[in-house]
Amino acid sequence: MNFEFSEEQLMIQQAARDYAQRELIKDVIERDNHAIFPTQHVKALAELGFMGMMVSPDYDGGGMDAISYVLAVEELSKVDASASVIVSVNNSLVCYGLEKYGNEAQKQKYLRPLASGNKIGAFLLSEPEAGSDATSQRTTAEDKGDYYLVNGTKNWITNANSASTYILIAQTNPSKKHKGITALIVEKDSPGITLGPHEDKMGMRSSDTHSVMFNDVKVPKVNRIGEEGFGFTFAMKVLEGGRIGIASQAVGLASGALERATAYAKERKAFGTVIANHQAIAFKLADMAVKVENARNLCLKAAWLKDQGKPYGIASAMAKVYAADIAMEVTTEAVQIHGGYGYVKEYHVERLMREAKLTQIYEGTSEVQKIIISRDLIK
Amino acid sequence: MKILVLIGNVPDTTTKIKFNADKTMFDATGVQWIINPWDELALTRAMELKETAGSGIETITVANVGHQETEATLRKALAIGADKAIRVDADAKDAFYVASQLALVSQGYDLIFAGVEASDYNGAAVGGMLAELLGIQSVSSVSGLQIDGGLVKITREIEGGSQALSVAAPVMAIVQKGIAKEPRIPAMRGIMMARSKPLEVVQPSETEIRMSFEAFDLPPAKAACKKFTEEQAKELIHALREEAKVL
Amino acid sequence: MSVLIYIDNQDGKIKKAGFEAASYGVALAKEAGVAAVAVSLGNVDESELAKLGNYGITKVLSCTDARFATLDNSAIAKALAVAANQSNANIVVLAHNNLGKAVAPRLAVKLNAGLVSNVTGLPISLQPFKVNKNVFTGKAIGHALIYTEKKVLTLSYNSFGVIEQAASAVIESFDPGLNASDFGLTVEQTQKVTGKILLSEAEIVVAGGRGMKGPENWTGIEQLAEELGAGTACSRPVSDEGWRPHGEHVGQTGKIIAPNLYFAFGISGAIQHLGGVSGSKVIVAVNKDPDAPIFEAADYGIVGDAMKVLPQFIEAVKELKA
Repeated sequence: MNFEFSEEQLMIQQAARDYAQRELIKDVIERDNHAIFPTQHVKALAELGFMGMMVSPDYDGGGMDAISYVLAVEELSKVDASASVIVSVNNSLVCYGLEKYGNEAQKQKYLRPLASGNKIGAFLLSEPEAGSDATSQRTTAEDKGDYYLVNGTKNWITNANSASTYILIAQTNPSKKHKGITALIVEKDSPGITLGPHEDKMGMRSSDTHSVMFNDVKVPKVNRIGEEGFGFTFAMKVLEGGRIGIASQAVGLASGALERATAYAKERKAFGTVIANHQAIAFKLADMAVKVENARNLCLKAAWLKDQGKPYGIASAMAKVYAADIAMEVTTEAVQIHGGYGYVKEYHVERLMREAKLTQIYEGTSEVQKIIISRDLIK
Repeated sequence: MKILVLIGNVPDTTTKIKFNADKTMFDATGVQWIINPWDELALTRAMELKETAGSGIETITVANVGHQETEATLRKALAIGADKAIRVDADAKDAFYVASQLALVSQGYDLIFAGVEASDYNGAAVGGMLAELLGIQSVSSVSGLQIDGGLVKITREIEGGSQALSVAAPVMAIVQKGIAKEPRIPAMRGIMMARSKPLEVVQPSETEIRMSFEAFDLPPAKAACKKFTEEQAKELIHALREEAKVL
Repeated sequence: MSVLIYIDNQDGKIKKAGFEAASYGVALAKEAGVAAVAVSLGNVDESELAKLGNYGITKVLSCTDARFATLDNSAIAKALAVAANQSNANIVVLAHNNLGKAVAPRLAVKLNAGLVSNVTGLPISLQPFKVNKNVFTGKAIGHALIYTEKKVLTLSYNSFGVIEQAASAVIESFDPGLNASDFGLTVEQTQKVTGKILLSEAEIVVAGGRGMKGPENWTGIEQLAEELGAGTACSRPVSDEGWRPHGEHVGQTGKIIAPNLYFAFGISGAIQHLGGVSGSKVIVAVNKDPDAPIFEAADYGIVGDAMKVLPQFIEAVKELKA
């Protein structure tokens, strides 16, 4: 066991922290208020290498490990979870899926610009009637010889508008149920694709979430990832890593709220002393710190397993369900510690609380994580 | 043209300053170390110059005096974009000692950057001393710098204004805020490349110690702030005259 | 033996930092039982130099060589070394301003002297030579020991103050014997901030922070500064946002100031900001947030809206002046 980070991991953590505390913070409230996509920030994060940080340098990625990724996503999420989900989806769903399962031509054509951040990717799995239950896909991709003809609707798609490259999960053989599901690379400007309106969300308001409609969209067969029928396995494998990203985001929301609450408690006075000296507040902070530490360790464990090439699906499910739950608890307590100030936007913690809620829902709800964990226990 | 940037390893600027029990030494427990802020700006400016087309800058070297723990700071400088690092393996004692050690490794550069001071002991001395030891020109309080052929064009702050001047290389530029807008954040690519960049370790030379700190004190605690209400604003101004006697 | 005091000038005029260095040098020489000698480089009138007498200086070495106007650090250090040797000085005092802190390290090397910059008062002891200096940007005080026979000190601004005492200064012309090759800088342009009080010299500074909400709200700050004859300053976020020029940024990485009176409007008082202003004799803070750390550092404070307080301050100052 070794709990020390390498100098390089610390440098990446600091780089993410510097960018978040120096740049993201400047307009985060404004972007949240008006649901403005952080275009300039994504560009800057791409230049710093955060958009494809785990992809091999051979494909213009950063060549960093999953531990570094956890640290970076946490730091970004302390300030702006909308920005960090853009980073997370691009890294752990889109880039990872392409690098791990795409063929060489696909990597050259699609992975390179995604890893360098010149383009953004989106992962299209959820449907109006199939969210966490990924087996019942209604979007179909009909074999037409050298292309597939895609029809259907995808819901809750992060980066739907800003992305140029979609990874689409669709049904190619309905009779085979989930074994008939296939993963396709779809260019967003393909004819027949239309977007629903920008979802007016409770939190993560500056990430652009839309539904995506496919109406006779032609997708060349060379854009299929793996074989026909591989799509479900593909999606599940990719989501295992995605959970590390979202879990780290939840840790960042919690630790960002803890940092703010601690600073506030050391400054704010009540009954003649700073409120941090009141046990009611001090114990809250202690409880929050323990939860954050636990959640972070779960993330790091999952990342470490991934870096070691060991199975990490259960570890990442544990990290996600726990981190998301404590993110909700810790951010709520941070608002409480701030009192009235916590309820106004200027103090940031109310936003962190709104955003924390989503980590319990997206990329597999907490309930789905528990299904994954319990099935493994009782198998 | 070859550039050298001197790098100091200092406590993060948000560090709460504490000393050991007998108050003879800074208590470094739990302290996060960073590149001295002005040195980081200097490095950023050096990078900007190098990236300017036709600048003719071949290499940027960074150097410090310190033990192995300070290498993290040098490697960050490499990640930001310096080409090579040199560490003189010694305790950074007083400014003269540090300047004398740096003099061993500072020959042959056209432009040397130093920060106006280190944010810990605020000596404001190493750059000037090194320039004197090397026998080269130095310009201090530098807030802007361009390279124009063999000439270095400098903007510096002087009492009451600023001044544009030119000086022939080699020159020591002792820089302050303004030299670069913000310190550069190392990119992933830079962090990766820093792995394979050279970091040379040089043995120190025998040098006398000319000053040291016997002890440290924290500034005396201030009396509590006298609070006035918004409506009593005028009374506060009167207190400044009658009580504090500063008006 | 003597204490040599370098008196710098701006366009032939001696500023407060120079008189303060003179006051300090005179007091130091008295304590050490040696003579105090001032040295001036550049074109300064005798009548201006004679003013040093008001601060106890009895002897001034003056080299009126106009070439010193380029503020060439290397040439000035060389000339000061000659003056120090000529007057058998074992301590040289300079103001810790842009020029003083640039020249002192070069001079210290030339004289084989130990240097302590930013000293805040007279030595605690002469044998061994021990003097206090600011460290960690005013967040602590270091007791510095110098081991060498010769010493160079730079004096933190407004830490000692000017002490008037009647004496008459004899002005002797001084030739450091520099050649053309000793001067290496070509000054192309000098921009003086005119009509404004310089931050570094201001006795009173009025500063605004992010709590001022926007650059359009600086009118009150400027008016108050004008009424008080004060300099204007700002916190780092304000200069980063471009609301005010960078030259106004005071704080750890901006300008370090030590006025007699510092007004902070809408400045929360981050540790980095306090590092730059903690040398102020009196701090007045106005901030809406009662828990802002600036109130910990302030002597006088109002929890309230700067926009409401500023007009009252301006009016009160006008009344006091009337």
